[in-house]
Amino acid sequence: MKKILRTREFWLAVVVAVMVFATNIRAPGFATPARLADIFDDSSILIILALGQMVVILSRSIDLSMASNLALSGMIVALVNQAFPAVPVPALMLLAALCGLALGGFNGFFVWRLGIPAIVVTLGTLTIYRGVIFLIAGGQWVNADAFSPGFVAFTRIDFLGLPLLSWYAIVIVAAFYLIMTRTFLGRSFYAIGVNPTAAVYAGINVGKTTFWAFCISGMLSGFAGYLWVSRYVIGSVEVAKGYELTIVAACVIGGISISGGVGTVAGAVLGALFLGVINGALPVINISPFWQMAISGAAIILAVVLNGRSGKQSARLILKEAEHTR
Amino acid sequence: MNSHVSQEPKIALSGISKSFPGVRALHQVSLELYPGQVTALIGENGAGKSTLVKTMTGIYQPDEGEIRVGGNTVTLPSPHDAFQAGITAIHQETVLFDELSVAENIFIGHAPKSRFGMIDWRRMQERATTLLEDIGAAHISPETRLKDLGIANKHLVAVARALSINAEIVIMDEPTAALSHKEIDDLFELVELLKSQGKAILFISHKFDEIYRIADRYTVFRDGEMVGKGLLSEISQDEIVKMMVGRSVDQVFPKTEVTAGEEVLKVSGYSHPTEFADIGFSLRKGEILGFYGLVGAGRSEIMQALFGITKPSKGAVRVDGEVAVIRSPAEAIEKGIVYVPEDRGKQGAVIGLPIFQNVTLPSLKATSKNGFLRLAEEYRLAREYSERLDLRAASLDQDVGNLSGGNQQKVVIAKWLATKPKVIILDEPTKGIDIGSKAAVHEFMSELAGQGLAVIMVSSELPEIMGMSDRIIVMREGRIVSEVENNEDLKAEVLVRAAAGIGEEA
Repeated sequence: MKKILRTREFWLAVVVAVMVFATNIRAPGFATPARLADIFDDSSILIILALGQMVVILSRSIDLSMASNLALSGMIVALVNQAFPAVPVPALMLLAALCGLALGGFNGFFVWRLGIPAIVVTLGTLTIYRGVIFLIAGGQWVNADAFSPGFVAFTRIDFLGLPLLSWYAIVIVAAFYLIMTRTFLGRSFYAIGVNPTAAVYAGINVGKTTFWAFCISGMLSGFAGYLWVSRYVIGSVEVAKGYELTIVAACVIGGISISGGVGTVAGAVLGALFLGVINGALPVINISPFWQMAISGAAIILAVVLNGRSGKQSARLILKEAEHTR
Repeated sequence: MNSHVSQEPKIALSGISKSFPGVRALHQVSLELYPGQVTALIGENGAGKSTLVKTMTGIYQPDEGEIRVGGNTVTLPSPHDAFQAGITAIHQETVLFDELSVAENIFIGHAPKSRFGMIDWRRMQERATTLLEDIGAAHISPETRLKDLGIANKHLVAVARALSINAEIVIMDEPTAALSHKEIDDLFELVELLKSQGKAILFISHKFDEIYRIADRYTVFRDGEMVGKGLLSEISQDEIVKMMVGRSVDQVFPKTEVTAGEEVLKVSGYSHPTEFADIGFSLRKGEILGFYGLVGAGRSEIMQALFGITKPSKGAVRVDGEVAVIRSPAEAIEKGIVYVPEDRGKQGAVIGLPIFQNVTLPSLKATSKNGFLRLAEEYRLAREYSERLDLRAASLDQDVGNLSGGNQQKVVIAKWLATKPKVIILDEPTKGIDIGSKAAVHEFMSELAGQGLAVIMVSSELPEIMGMSDRIIVMREGRIVSEVENNEDLKAEVLVRAAAGIGEEA
């Protein structure tokens, strides 16, 4: 119990809960299960994306191309659906994930094999992937009436009281929890993030592990591409433009250290929920969109300051150690 | 020009002592540097040379003792004060700024200013050009970025910098370590120039041919004490070597006698394009094989190649008689070879992960099933080895960063033992840890050998090499120069001479 109290995830959960109840005082009815389920549903895509970004950040990299990847993969399945309405939706979901996987693998290849810094590679592909949407769609939008009913329904169908979109997020969160705590790959992400040199000596292939991180973030971006287009019923060049920074923000608020190696699945989920709650709550209590942005921004800085302080403590211990070993 | 040499030292240190927790680095040492003369500071690794240099350059404060510069007592609370006192050091890895130009490097901190307090770039370039010409380095353009220069030229920039501040005392800490013969000749010409200008020079090197070529005086350190000084013309190399190693053996090594078993590792014709050549040796069960040599003799490089971190160009490795192809650390671990690296913090312990995850990191493939980790198995393994190694920790979930240096080393060793290796390579296993933990590591090493593990120990500390090894291989400049059985008749001098290349034409 004491241990839980000391984790930053616990305190972040407390903050999210306080925000929900405080809003409920100003706007009664906000904290009803139905409204909260809505907020979760609204945050589902961000949760999925934040998990993908998390593995990349853990490996001391960053993926700025996630939103462009999402938009491109989403456009591809939208066009396929428009041209061949008979293709079953699960096949399209798989196609979206595979497109994303390929795009993420492309990033990972450059980082792994050519040793180019991730921020440079993904800054490039951020623009390239979006440019490709122009090429394949000829600058056209795919409008609401162009989609097959199934394409739109597969995020909305109600299952045990929650829309399928929420269930996708729940399943992915569960899978990630398992990957990060119980698999060789998950442990490797932490090891290469905390101390890449030691990881090499322990027989872990750092480059390849980073490559897998990009594959995962890419695959989730691609899958989220289908989810986004289905949920907002539109495919265009503008889809999720600038969203890459929201994803990074969710991770940072969730306590995932930008310098790698530190972060949990619960943190990423809570970071995404925090932003989801702010976006859901502030309009209800009549706070202007400007304040929404300012509050999200302040939360990011606050999170970094708090995480930085808890990190510093251990650094001081290491230094004391270093003096001893002189 | 040397005729006007006065007998008044430019800088005189006396009664200097410096301790760190658990280590007495310097004890009542003295050193004098005379104008127009080169004094060689000689001593083994760990004799206290670097500590003394750091004391002279204001990085460390001595616990006691006096420093006099030009007859006046001074204190050097910071590197800047040492700089003001005219003391400058040229290091092995030159500490300059790679991204700045040569001129900026020469004048950083004291750049010529224009009337408005801005840097006067023109004057800076001109003065840099003059300085470089003065030291015969006109081939270096002041505008070149430092990172585009080789090490020899970087040294020249450092010398130019020393002259720009009118440094009277120049410390050269192993300046020739990474230089070619031609570059060494050029550097020595420059040293002669500095001598003729009346500078007092401290020259630190492990290479005796260089010391005899350039130095006028010597001072020998051993175990943090000054054991001899005088004019080089009045002493032989043999006598200096005796001073360096002539220790009283007050350290007891817990080496138990083990009858070596069958051969587990055989290396032959092992070469690397730049680091080592024609390395061949064999290792048997229960044996401790010591690798001795100066820092940079290529010992760690061989071990890294054996562990699959770097690629050798040719040669064969056999494990248990079978040819082993090792292309990555994972393959080395699989073949039963593990490597405990020298830099514990950077390459060994994964600070930030709990103890149990550190211990199981290289064994994860073996402890997991179908790609899934088995936490219970991990805890069992971690518990088993932390008990065997007598690890002092509150819990296995504790971050290794919170452990003491000795306990961190135990975690690192536990991590490798947990892979059930056949050969364990320990690179400077006791460097920088306190005496108590040192003894524990030695005892454990002996125990491992007793259990039939084959141990390779790379060490630059003579007592450790002679106290722990069954056999000793001495390396110099990337080659094996000597292989000896370790017994009572073995003299430390033999090893030092082999490692330093004394008695041969270099």
